[in-house]
Amino acid sequence: MLLGTLIYGFINSCILALLALGFNLTFGISGVANFAYGAIYIFSGFLTWIILNSIGLPYLLSVVISILCAAIIGLLVYYIVILRVKGLALSEVIATFGLGLAIMELFRYFDFVGFKYTLPVFFDGSVGFGEVYVDYQRLFIALIAVGLTLFLYLFTRHSKTGLAFRAIAQDERTALTFGIDSDRIGALSMAFGAALAAIAAIVILPLGTIAVEGGYEVLINALAVCIVGGLGSTVGILVASVLIGYAQTFTANYLGPHWMMLVSLIAIAVVLTIKPSGLFSRQKELEERI
Amino acid sequence: MKKRKERIDRGIKARSEDIFALSSYREMLYLLVPRAIPVVGLLGVAPFLSPYWQEVFISTSIYALLAISWDLLISAGLVSLGQSLFYGIGSYIAGALNHYCGWSPLFTIPVAALGGGLLCTVLLLPVLRLRGIYFAMVMLVLPLMLSRLVEATRILGGTEGLPGLTPFPNQLIALYVVQLAVLAALFGFRRIMASDYGLVVKGINDNDRSVMSAGINIYLYKTQILFIGASVGSFAGALGTHIDMFAGMPGFALDYAIMPIAAAVVGGMRTFVGPMLGAFLLVPLSEILRALGALRIVFYGLFLVVFIVALPEGIFPYVQRKYHQLERWVELE
Repeated sequence: MLLGTLIYGFINSCILALLALGFNLTFGISGVANFAYGAIYIFSGFLTWIILNSIGLPYLLSVVISILCAAIIGLLVYYIVILRVKGLALSEVIATFGLGLAIMELFRYFDFVGFKYTLPVFFDGSVGFGEVYVDYQRLFIALIAVGLTLFLYLFTRHSKTGLAFRAIAQDERTALTFGIDSDRIGALSMAFGAALAAIAAIVILPLGTIAVEGGYEVLINALAVCIVGGLGSTVGILVASVLIGYAQTFTANYLGPHWMMLVSLIAIAVVLTIKPSGLFSRQKELEERI
Repeated sequence: MKKRKERIDRGIKARSEDIFALSSYREMLYLLVPRAIPVVGLLGVAPFLSPYWQEVFISTSIYALLAISWDLLISAGLVSLGQSLFYGIGSYIAGALNHYCGWSPLFTIPVAALGGGLLCTVLLLPVLRLRGIYFAMVMLVLPLMLSRLVEATRILGGTEGLPGLTPFPNQLIALYVVQLAVLAALFGFRRIMASDYGLVVKGINDNDRSVMSAGINIYLYKTQILFIGASVGSFAGALGTHIDMFAGMPGFALDYAIMPIAAAVVGGMRTFVGPMLGAFLLVPLSEILRALGALRIVFYGLFLVVFIVALPEGIFPYVQRKYHQLERWVELE
């Protein structure tokens, strides 16, 4: 029982980290809180399903296409919407929130509800640790989470675009004097965030059905991890996803699954009240509270 | 005889937006007519509607109340992504008092308005220091949290809610109560914001630190504004719950969070008339589009995006400007 909880808690932490990576990337670099994040997640899930089942392309190809589509949507949203309201936090939030709402409810309108909307798992079967059995898909999720984190770490330190990302995040004006185009980097960060959401969706969604409500939960979970860890801090994300992941799994096991979502919500409320910059943030305190 | 064009507000607007020098009935009418439109429009038209559209009118007015209270909060820089918190708490207080204690709506509604305002203020007191998007995120999360809490602990009827509440004696009474409330909130809030008190509130929104350095306790102001806004929101919730004869988790639903924002963005923020106008455009529109089902929310979402990008000031400030710019022909002397 305890071993199972520990293992599943770890996997839950990996899921949360995967969910939060994209949101965090976009916010950390361009300062845009992308409230359409959950919608992009759900969108890529459904898009993969449509390409796979209605058009009939092979799974791997449909995965690649939907990741690319998500990235393109991120780019478009940035250039068409965000760029015009850049810097007005309230307008950014309302615009992305409205957009996310529109995308998600559009799927509800077209009746994308039901148990048939599931994605196939990458690897079938399971492996036993003692008396606890874990299916390969969950191990795969953990692998992808670790892999993506490593990739992002290397990318932001050893590639020109990645260095530009960090430059814009640290000081936009100074970065501008070095010839870094902050609009282009902002758009790229949005595209990267959307692509990460798509990857997360494709890896995580095979565990259950694709549901519109899932979009809201993804947004809340991503927000919870980012807020607890500190918006824009990667170390914070990892620590926070472990904290919240284990907290969720333990509550689900010992109190009942109803309470699971409550953990993220309470975590958001408590951390924002006590230390709004989160556990590991480098954000400026005065900008968030007075 | 030569003529030239002249703006009709010439000679009226002597110093600023709100200080007027009136010298004739014509000029008084110029100011009075726009203010009479909502009063006549609400109280005069409503009784002649069919019962179905009266119902629509009631729910429109409830959304308008929520939107106006949203606007009051935004005037003090408090971005609320969860008006449903106020609506839900108001509806649960009124519902519980009616369901368990058997109080009549005459008492539950005022108690729910004041109690709900107080409860929300106490609940939000710790996060009042947060600014901008951080406060917005707390507001987004709280109603979700409360509804999950109700679901998990099964208090107050759990997912079933509290059914069978006392309705209003007849629809016309409900209609007039809610419309008088809308008018009171509209003109009251405009009055507040036009006073010196409102000036401080606006200042908090524009630059809170400089208001602090003027020796003003901004938390006191924020708390008061929050209390007023939350009371109006809870009042709307209490009214709505007695009209629906039901209090439950739908009170915390996203509808009540997104509609007021959409109305305010479409109508024009920080004007109070704007959000009301927005509600009276969007809710009946959504009623006409009822056949479309979930597509309505898609439209709200797109409305939000289009207005934020294309007409960020909203409809009302635009119309207001055009009204002030109306011209008439006058003879040259």
